[in-house]
Amino acid sequence: MKDRFANRRYFIMALVFLAAAVLLVRLFYIQIIDRTYRTSAENNVLRHITQYPARGLVYDRKGELIVYNQAAYDLLVIPIQTSTFDTTRFNEILGITMDDFRSRMKAAVSYSRRAPSVFMKMISSETYGVLQEELYRFPGFYVQARTLRKYTRPVAAHLLGYVGEVDDKLIARDKYYRAGDYIGTSGIEKSYEEQLRGRKGVNIFLVDVHNNIKGSYADGRYDTIAMPGKNLYSTIDLNLQEYGEKLMRNKTGSIVAIEPSTGEILALVSSPSYDPSLLVGRVRSENFSKLQADTLKPLFDRALMASYPPGSTFKIMNGLIGLQEGVIRPSSLFSCSNGYHAGSITVRCHSHRSPLNLVEAVTMSCNAWFCNAFRSILENKNYPSVQEAFDHWRNYLITFGFGNKLGIDLPNELSGFIPARSYYDRYYGKDRWKALTVISLAIGQGEIGATPLQMANMAVTIANRGFFYIPHVIKKIGEDGEPAPLYTRKYITGIAPENFEPVIQGMEGAVNGGEGATARGARLDSIIICGKTGTAQNPHGKDHSIFVAFAPKDNPQIAIAVYVENAGFGSTFAAPIASLMIEKYLTGNIKRKYLEDYVFNMVIKPDARK
Amino acid sequence: MQGNRNILNRIDWVTVILWVVMMIMGWLNIYAAVYNEQHTSIFDLSQRYGKQLIWIFAAVVLAVFVLVTDNKLYYFFAWFIYGFFIFLLVLVLVVGKEINGAKAWFEIGPFSIQPSEFAKFATGLALASFLNSRTQSGGLGVMIPSVAIIMAPVLLIAVQPDMGSVVTYFAFFVVLFREGLSIYFFISAILAIALFLLVLLFGNVPVALGLIGVAFIVLLVLSGYSLALKALGILAAAGAGSYAAGHYLAGLGTGIIIIIAVLVAGVVYAWYVYRRRLALPAIVYAFLLGGILYLFTVDYVFHKVLQPHQQTRISITLGMEADPYGEGYNLNQSLISIGSGGFAGKGYLNGTQTKFKFVPEQSTDFIFCTVGEEWGFIGSSVVIGLYVWLLLRLIMLAERQRTTFVRAYGYSVFALFLVHFFVNIGMTIGVMPVIGIPLPFFSYGGSSLWGFTILLFVFLRLDAARSEYLG
Repeated sequence: MKDRFANRRYFIMALVFLAAAVLLVRLFYIQIIDRTYRTSAENNVLRHITQYPARGLVYDRKGELIVYNQAAYDLLVIPIQTSTFDTTRFNEILGITMDDFRSRMKAAVSYSRRAPSVFMKMISSETYGVLQEELYRFPGFYVQARTLRKYTRPVAAHLLGYVGEVDDKLIARDKYYRAGDYIGTSGIEKSYEEQLRGRKGVNIFLVDVHNNIKGSYADGRYDTIAMPGKNLYSTIDLNLQEYGEKLMRNKTGSIVAIEPSTGEILALVSSPSYDPSLLVGRVRSENFSKLQADTLKPLFDRALMASYPPGSTFKIMNGLIGLQEGVIRPSSLFSCSNGYHAGSITVRCHSHRSPLNLVEAVTMSCNAWFCNAFRSILENKNYPSVQEAFDHWRNYLITFGFGNKLGIDLPNELSGFIPARSYYDRYYGKDRWKALTVISLAIGQGEIGATPLQMANMAVTIANRGFFYIPHVIKKIGEDGEPAPLYTRKYITGIAPENFEPVIQGMEGAVNGGEGATARGARLDSIIICGKTGTAQNPHGKDHSIFVAFAPKDNPQIAIAVYVENAGFGSTFAAPIASLMIEKYLTGNIKRKYLEDYVFNMVIKPDARK
Repeated sequence: MQGNRNILNRIDWVTVILWVVMMIMGWLNIYAAVYNEQHTSIFDLSQRYGKQLIWIFAAVVLAVFVLVTDNKLYYFFAWFIYGFFIFLLVLVLVVGKEINGAKAWFEIGPFSIQPSEFAKFATGLALASFLNSRTQSGGLGVMIPSVAIIMAPVLLIAVQPDMGSVVTYFAFFVVLFREGLSIYFFISAILAIALFLLVLLFGNVPVALGLIGVAFIVLLVLSGYSLALKALGILAAAGAGSYAAGHYLAGLGTGIIIIIAVLVAGVVYAWYVYRRRLALPAIVYAFLLGGILYLFTVDYVFHKVLQPHQQTRISITLGMEADPYGEGYNLNQSLISIGSGGFAGKGYLNGTQTKFKFVPEQSTDFIFCTVGEEWGFIGSSVVIGLYVWLLLRLIMLAERQRTTFVRAYGYSVFALFLVHFFVNIGMTIGVMPVIGIPLPFFSYGGSSLWGFTILLFVFLRLDAARSEYLG
């Protein structure tokens, strides 16, 4: 076959020569003609100095500064550029011994002879001042500016989180980080790392053999500019946060306070806590191990990461679901003879008048009433089986944010636990269980677990009569920022607004009412607080005291959940704390000094036995 | 067994030696790129140079294996191999591991394998087999299926997305060119690229107006000023009308208005041209309309389809952006290290830029930095010289074939090497955008080394058996 296109080979050959010529001309230009890339004859070296941008600041909801930065300096060394120098003077400036010097030098050399490594981290400004003047005597050493976190008040440690050095795994995964860089490892420092960190820049300097910087390499053409991190505007009320932490001193537990109309978290307390400045700078690793070894686990954020059975506070949910399903009415009467008795099962209750309607049952926290109500929910004739009714019951809880992570903008949130039908099927056999089998769910005991954050969110939803926004701690990123769209989306529950009213009336009665009111300790003269006590059973020791509330009753400004571990019944401990928090937030100062003193002086020994 | 015994006499040793020399030089530069006094053994498997030794050894085994296989295998199984790799490219989208944002890797134990490196070989075989089966070369009936064969893997790789590999597949158009694809196709392609760049540099509206200007001048020259002025008049009237209607009534953008104006003018013009049976002005109009629609598409693709970092890379290469925040960091560091090499280089293992790991991907895509810094202009020229030698050798080998199959496959090998060679070195010195593709036989990495070795040795195997084929 005749190849008509054989001549095209010459064109293709020409293409090869053209490609080679383009590359060679360009190489000739940058390697021989253009002198900007060349370093001078005195064997100058280029020094790449990373410009670490200042990390973003954090403000509270009123614009008060919470977290800012302080300068610190890392001393770096490039072993191959060092020569004999006055080590005695050098060690004197840094305040280290000769042995110390040798081991640091050895570590640097074993990392690399040619690449810079940190000789000494975070030296103070004073040391830096002295060192800078004499640095010319110590070739191969140079200083790189860093910033350290500073806190205006020693509060909100869990929320703010801390900054640590990146580990090798992360360096391998994320190209942005280099060994020695810092990264937020918990709290908002972690969840907003990308916004807070800004972007590193690099300045390239020419350095002569005497360790003097001769100027910018190629007039700074290859420098990159550092971009400072963005400031965060938090939803936290710093005064309220501080007050909450003060109230929780000498107790274990947590407080979560949220603004119902927005989902903005006003205070997020986990006790015991620690001073966030303990985890900054050179003292960090030492303090960290200390805190980690502490048996009270101060590093553990109970507000988000502890899951407890919600106890009697959960009766509210069963009341709401019963009303919505139409199986109970506000006027439904159930009798109570010191408890609920059905067959071999008894759920005990305290002595009170009988029978009660819904409002009274919430006020007096009657176990029998809610066992009856819960049974009506599960034995609803509209559904073919108890199991189907149970699915519906569970779905209502899911719409309130139970059983899943709410999606707060903080790391490590726990999802809590609402057992599914399959869970009981596994235990008792498929569909071989009845309402009575799971009756403890009626009063919030048994298998269910919820975090304090979820309970506060429940209070929010009740205060709003049926909806919530995902709780969050950051309002906006940057001066003109806006809240993430995730946090402006309204989540509507399956409960109609009118069904909230009788329950809220019961909660009002619990705090302000007369007969049998369970939370009188939370009463405030000027403002109507609606609340519900609870006790979380604790198999390991004394029960945990719980209180959820919101105020004022109409147009609520704050919803709150308080947990005090091992404190026993909810009304004695958690309720006054919640009440004081509400008073502080809504009125700005505390009139009930006696109550405040009572709480301040209250010491709850952890792990107290029954 | 006759073929196997004589294979040593028949294979092209010049190419084999070039291959060995390149692998050795590549290894020396990888060693320099990751060199650290603390790891002294060259067999240290925790280091890349240690691993690369294994890859090289395996590549030699692979080469021998390819040489002892029956050459007919590649001919008869071309479609099967192609189908298999298309399947792998689909599979990698499902079960692949994501590295640097692209789902391009299979993870098998401690190894990661990139099927797109091997799919080039399969595509070359399939394309060659198809071209061989058609006696009529050059026609559209041949070229359209050929383009489809090339585009199938391209689309799958674009989904990963691995734009670097996608670019390399355009090498196959060199094969189509050699096998008779119309010159006009390439002229259109070049025009398309030129328009693309012009749109990015100047924006779509000025380029659209420019096109109209060019169309006017063409008409002026070819058909005289009477017709040209009439056409311009029609267009201007249509433009004014659409502008008034579009801008005041519907609030449309200038771009849309121009398109509408050209379309409206086209209707009037078509009627006019039809009455006089004028073919040439109709062609000019068709080009104008096609060009204008194309350039607005380009604008859309660039801003809506390409990812931000890809836009930035193209912008930097075109010199449109100063880039103070470092998308061009790689390129800057690469230029500094190559530029600082000077005429004779800083000497082996004495590079300073490359040692500090300022240049990312130092041992893979940016291996040429080490060559440039430590061996200088002399070393760089030697490497380029070796490639030119290899490429010309490949043309020579391809041209001595008697079948279209082997020749087309040979040109596939040639073209892939050419593109990798030019784009890779070009990006390190700033004449091409930063596209992450390896330098054959130099860059660190098993997949690419094996992929290129198979590609090359299958050709050498086919070449060794050329006398068995009848032309």
